[in-house]
Amino acid sequence: MGSDAGPLEEALRTKRAAGRKLLACYLVAGMSPDWLEALAAIEAEGADVIEVGIPFSDPLLDGPVIQEAGKRALLAGFTPGRVLADVGQSGCTVPLVAMTYYNILLRAGLERMAGRLVEAGIRGSIVADLSLEESGPWCEEAEAGGIENIMLVAPPTSVERAATIASMSRGFVYCVATMGVTGERVSLASSAAEVARKVTDVTDKPALVGIGVSTPAQASEVCSVADGVVVGSAIVRRLLDGEGPGGVGRFVAALRSAIDV
Amino acid sequence: MSPAGSEGNAAPMAMTGYPGPAGRFGEFGGRFAPESLVAACVELEHAFAEAWADEGFHAELSSILRTYGGRPTPVTECARLSRQLGVRILLKREDLAHTGSHKLNNVIGQALLARRMGKTRLIAETGAGQHGVATATAAALFGQDCQVYMGEIDIHRQELNVFRMQLLGAEVTAVKSGSRTLKDAVNDALRDWVATCDTTYYCLGSVMGPHPYPWMVRELQSVIGNEAREQCRELLGGTDPDFVVACVGGGSNSAGTFAGFVSTGAKLVGVEAAGGAAITRGIPGVLHGMKSYILQDDDGQILEAESISAGLDYPGIGPEHSYLASIGRAVYETAGDEDVLEAFKLLSRTEGIIPALEPAHAVAWVAREAGRSIPEGATVLITMSGRGDKDVAQVQELLRGQ
Ligand SMILES: Cc1ncc(COP(=O)(O)O)c(C=O)c1O
Repeated sequence: MGSDAGPLEEALRTKRAAGRKLLACYLVAGMSPDWLEALAAIEAEGADVIEVGIPFSDPLLDGPVIQEAGKRALLAGFTPGRVLADVGQSGCTVPLVAMTYYNILLRAGLERMAGRLVEAGIRGSIVADLSLEESGPWCEEAEAGGIENIMLVAPPTSVERAATIASMSRGFVYCVATMGVTGERVSLASSAAEVARKVTDVTDKPALVGIGVSTPAQASEVCSVADGVVVGSAIVRRLLDGEGPGGVGRFVAALRSAIDV
Repeated sequence: MSPAGSEGNAAPMAMTGYPGPAGRFGEFGGRFAPESLVAACVELEHAFAEAWADEGFHAELSSILRTYGGRPTPVTECARLSRQLGVRILLKREDLAHTGSHKLNNVIGQALLARRMGKTRLIAETGAGQHGVATATAAALFGQDCQVYMGEIDIHRQELNVFRMQLLGAEVTAVKSGSRTLKDAVNDALRDWVATCDTTYYCLGSVMGPHPYPWMVRELQSVIGNEAREQCRELLGGTDPDFVVACVGGGSNSAGTFAGFVSTGAKLVGVEAAGGAAITRGIPGVLHGMKSYILQDDDGQILEAESISAGLDYPGIGPEHSYLASIGRAVYETAGDEDVLEAFKLLSRTEGIIPALEPAHAVAWVAREAGRSIPEGATVLITMSGRGDKDVAQVQELLRGQ
C-alpha cells in the first residue's frame, strides 16, 4: 500500500528520511481578521503541514477554544466557499489539509467538494466525525479527485482496526493522543505513546500525534515515539487572545526548535 | 469484505426491525462517530443485543416498569373531544407513567444496561427536561451518579424540571454553545462521553445518535405501541385504529408507538413542530452520529429549530423516521405554536387532561384535520407522551401576552 503514496505523503516521507520531525499546525479559517497572516507566520516558522479548519456549526469533537474560533468564523461569514477562495489565494506553499465535519462535505456533494478542495490547492482532508465504517464514499471521491484523506486511530482502537485504518489512510496517520475533545492539556496523556506505537507497529506511513498536545515540551516528548506532532488549540487560543500572527509565529518557532533537536 | 463497505453488509431490514450491524434504516442511520467513540458504540451495541436476548433482563425491566413506573398505562376514550371533532379519539396515556412522560421506558432500560456494563455514571442531554428528570430518577433508583446537559434557554423555560433534577440528586450543566437548546446539549453530552466513556454511560433520550441508539431506544419504547395495539383491539372489538398519531422531536414516543402498529393497516402520522420540521423542511445530512433529514443551510451548517416546545426544538429527526417517510409508511405533518396553544386548552377543557406542549402538537394536528384528511367517524389513537405540569407556567405567560 506504501507504493500508492500521494504527493503529501511523499513529501512527509522525504522529510522523515532526512531525519526531520514533522510539525502540523492547525487554525480555523476566518477565526480572526488576521488569520491569513497567521497562516503565513506558521508557514514561515517551519510547519510541515498546515491544517485549515472549515468551520461547522456543531463541532462535536472540539473543545471550547476551537468552538469559539469556529463561532467567530461563522459570524464573520466564512462559508466553505469563502474559506476555499481565501485559501486558494493565500500563496501558501506548505501542504494544506482541510479539517472539517462530514455534513460540510455531504451538503456540497462529495465529488464536487473534492474538486473544490483541489482547486483551492488543498492536498488532504481530515473529517472528524467520519468513522472507518462510513468513510467509503468520501475515501473514493477523495482518491479520485486527488485529495489524501487522513484517518484517525484513537486510544480504544484495536490493533486489527488500526491496521485497516492505517492502510486506508492517505498522507499520514493521525494518532489521537488522548480521549476527549480538542483542547490544551497540562501534561501529555500516557495513551499518546501507546497509540503512536500501535500505529507505527502496523504501518510505515508517517504517524503524527495530536489532540491535547499543547507545549513545545509535549511536542518533543511525542516526537520521541512518533514521526511528528499536530498542534491546534494552543495556536488557536493565542490568536483568540489577540497575540496575533507575531505571537503565533513565535510559538510555532518554539515548537519547531523543540522537535528539531 | 471491505470494512468500509458498510452499506453492503447491512442486513435487509424488515420495517421497524433490526437495522443490521451498520445500523441502517434504508439509507439513513449509521454510525458517523469520531474514532474515539466507535469502540464505546460497539461495546454498547453488543451489551444491548445480549441484554435484549436475555429473559432475565426483560423480566427485571418489565417488573420495574410495572411496580415503579406505573405500566401498563391506560388507553382513554375521549367522549367529549370526540363529539366536538367528529372523530373517535383514544389517548395512550404516557402522561400517567412515573415522572410524567414516556421517557422513563427508555431510561429504566438504559440504566439497567449501564449497571450491567459496570458503568457508574450516567450522562444525558435534555430539552424539555423530561428526559433529564427520567434519567435523574433512574440514577437515584439505582444509585448511579448523574449529570444532565441542558441548553441555557431551556433551563429558563423549564425551571421546574431543573429543580426536580437537582432534588433527585443530579447535576444540571447549562449549555451555552450554539443555539443553547437541545441540539447543543447533545453536542456537549457527546463531548463529555468522548472523554469519559470508560466509566460513563451516555443515556441518550431519543431514537437518534449513532448506532445502536436509534434501534435500542425504539426497542425500549416499543412497549407503548405494543400495549396500545392490544388495548385498542379490546376497545375496538378486535380492530385497529384508522390513524395513529404522535408528536416527533427526536422521535422516540412516535417510534415506540409506530412499532406496535407498523404491521397493521393504521395510517401512521408523526407531528413535528412547524419550527423544527426536519422531514418537511430538512434535507438528508449527518448530525450527532446519524444520517437523517436535518434542517441545514446551503453550506451544510445546521439551522436552529424554533418552537414553544423545548422537547421538539430539534433540527433533526431519528433516522428510522426518515426511512419510514421515504418509503411512505408514515407521514410527517406539522403544527404551529398558536394551534398548539389552542390544543393545549382544548384537551384541558374537554377531557380534564392538561397535555405537555409536545403531544399538544399531535392533538393540534388531529383537531385541524378532523373532518378533512381524517374522515368523519374515523378512529384516531394519539400518544399522550407527557403531562403538562412542566409547561403550565410558560403557557400562563404566553396566554397573558396574547
Ligand atoms: C412529553 C414529551 N413528549 C415528546 C418529547 C419529544 O421527544 P420524542 O420525539 O423523542 O418522543 C419530549 C421531549 O422532551 C417530551 O418531554
